[in-house]
Amino acid sequence: MSSGELIDSFVVPVHPHTVLAPEKNEGWGRLRQAYDLAAKRIEESGADLLIIYSTTWPSIIGHQIQADPNPEWVMVDHDFHDLGSINYSFNIDADFAHAWNKSNKERGLQSRTVAYKGFPIDVGSVVALTLLNPDNKIPAVIVSSNVYSNRSETTVLAKACLDVIKSTGRKAVAVTAMSLSNRMFTENIDPKDDKIHSLKDDEWNRKILEFLNEGRLEDVSQLSRTIHRQIRVQKVVTFKPMWWLSAMNENRNNLTGEVLAYEALNGAGGAVVHLNPTPSGVGDKEYDEDDVEVFAGERGVLDTHLESDETNDHNQPSKNTNQGPELWDPTEAEGSVNTDSAPKPVGAYPHARKVGDLIYLSGVGPRQPGTNAIPGGPIHDSSGAPLEYDIKAQTQAVIDNITRILEEAGSSINNVLDVTSFLIDMDRDFAGYNEVWAETLGKVGPTRTTLAIRALPTPIAVEMKVIAKA
Amino acid sequence: MTRGEIVAGCLAPHPPHLVYAENPPQNEPTAEGGWEQLRWGYERLRDSLSDIDYDVIVVLSPHWQTYVGTHFLGLPHFKNLSVDPVFPNLFRYNYDLNIDVDLSKQICDKAKDAGLTVKMMNNPDFRIDYGTITTGHMFNPKWDKPMVVISSNRSSAYYSVDVMQEMMMELGKATRDAILDSGKKAVVLASNSLSHRHFTTESEVPEDMSKEHITSHAMHLWDMRMIEYMRTGQSQRIIDEMPEFTEQAIAESDGGGFTWLLSTLDIPTYPAILHGYGTIIGTGNAIVEWPVYKHKEGEK
Ligand SMILES: [Fe+2]
Repeated sequence: MSSGELIDSFVVPVHPHTVLAPEKNEGWGRLRQAYDLAAKRIEESGADLLIIYSTTWPSIIGHQIQADPNPEWVMVDHDFHDLGSINYSFNIDADFAHAWNKSNKERGLQSRTVAYKGFPIDVGSVVALTLLNPDNKIPAVIVSSNVYSNRSETTVLAKACLDVIKSTGRKAVAVTAMSLSNRMFTENIDPKDDKIHSLKDDEWNRKILEFLNEGRLEDVSQLSRTIHRQIRVQKVVTFKPMWWLSAMNENRNNLTGEVLAYEALNGAGGAVVHLNPTPSGVGDKEYDEDDVEVFAGERGVLDTHLESDETNDHNQPSKNTNQGPELWDPTEAEGSVNTDSAPKPVGAYPHARKVGDLIYLSGVGPRQPGTNAIPGGPIHDSSGAPLEYDIKAQTQAVIDNITRILEEAGSSINNVLDVTSFLIDMDRDFAGYNEVWAETLGKVGPTRTTLAIRALPTPIAVEMKVIAKA
Repeated sequence: MTRGEIVAGCLAPHPPHLVYAENPPQNEPTAEGGWEQLRWGYERLRDSLSDIDYDVIVVLSPHWQTYVGTHFLGLPHFKNLSVDPVFPNLFRYNYDLNIDVDLSKQICDKAKDAGLTVKMMNNPDFRIDYGTITTGHMFNPKWDKPMVVISSNRSSAYYSVDVMQEMMMELGKATRDAILDSGKKAVVLASNSLSHRHFTTESEVPEDMSKEHITSHAMHLWDMRMIEYMRTGQSQRIIDEMPEFTEQAIAESDGGGFTWLLSTLDIPTYPAILHGYGTIIGTGNAIVEWPVYKHKEGEK
């Protein structure tokens, strides 16, 4: 299995001045130079995918992902139309867009791709792609910013994206097209008089940039709500790009950061920041929020009235969105280890139990925590009719679940000692299962036994029983 | 020169779903109908004004969002494809429309004299927002009248609804004065919904009317309250309650169009005609006409 990764991240400004009028103001010119430097670094990094999260593309029905392989049009800014037009023609990775869309749905998000001639690509994306990818050498993908989404949804959006980067072996660069403080002057100004709208905005911007310069991305992420209240115009789209970018970097706080430029764009704060995953050796998380893996928020607004008509019973167990047995809360006993980031048990048992130096895991399948969805698809439908499924995706999901349980126990996947694997169809699935194993646990080196069995309690094809070092 | 005249004012909302459901030749996606109550409401509005003579349509849409002042389309002709960035599956419309540049400039100048920040939009590549196009199509599908298109200044977001109202009252007066001075007969349209909380999911068939309803009872109550004020000629109460309405119903009046319309009509005290009300993806939409032609100018 190939293993992709996020190799770099950038924060870039959205307004069209850096493309259309860098010569009219020294600050705009410096932002442009920083943009050009970022483009050079991206090219030299060997990146094969650019992912843009744009705050100037709002969406309502979940998140939208651009999937037109070659969107072309002319962009004119709603405010700064007198600066001129930007002709664009981009190279979009439609396959990645579709895979990300699918991955979003697997993690419980509302999501869709868009591929329509003449779709108006937003100013932030147009500016970012024009300057960061001038020759279209690197395929790109663009995602919208949902006006109603909050931290959990935005975080899960990033994790779904990372899933695809990893599974497709990409070397990806993440970009947030955004302003820091976003209050502009509401009167026409002479370009040479441009400055940050207020001292307060400037001080907040500098504080954010100080954190980013130290690589403390997760700290900025966790300050998002405060930042929004302090220096953002209170429109529907709140300050959410740092949630996404931090989750793309696995919520780390010890990246290597470098502020390449910080200037005013008609009063708003524009910055170019480079964040590299190389550990900087500084910065702990100062406080924590939930590390949410799947989105379980209310999205089914259309059907709420129907549901309340149907369910008059009280105290129903939590609804099992997939077929299969009822789900239980994991049991508690001395040494038991349970986590919300692993799928709920199908009986009265814990996720794991620690005894001395050893951790014993209950059988782990590929079901996703929260949604109960099965990556790679279930092996049969609710009537028992067989379905096509992907054993490699299921095997990978099992190993991901094992990783999360071991991490909850304070251990890691690298400490696995012994595994018993169960396959429901040895002839069909052994090769695919074996391939994923070789790339993952095979490199750790536990002993292994693989058995064929008639069935598992949920419509899955693979389960593993694990013993690990604490 | 004869004095100009505002012959009618209308609340003319712009969800692209309405154009989608009508299947006009200009729009690419096709539908099996839907939102008929509102579409028939637009039909009644068109019928109501069919015998009224006018020269120009003046529209303010909340989807041309400007932060640096209020802008006006400043070229005589615009032709392009408008794709709704939020509902691109429903709205991909080839438009071709004419602008009354003289009147645009006159309103722009009056607004500037009143102390507002203004700018003419003279870039031929500019794509007109889908709000203007939807309202334009639903109000006048023949597109045989020139328009004045005014941007939505986001002062309610930048400052407060109160500041927005002060600015839009001024813009309304400037619009009114410029029309009266121009010698032209104008219809003024505020292109906005009332309550504006959307569903965040879309049904498989977007026009599935079994899924359509207001998002909450509170939204319904606010919409009915506002409609009742319109039906009974209580415009001043609408202005007075606009901050609460805008905030609590997350109303699209935040774009300023509703206040601007009432100001342009000089805060009418006669009853408006409700041609239709319905919800679109959970938001509340009313099609309302103030029949100025029935009430002599100056007689309130
Ligand atoms: Fe709207």
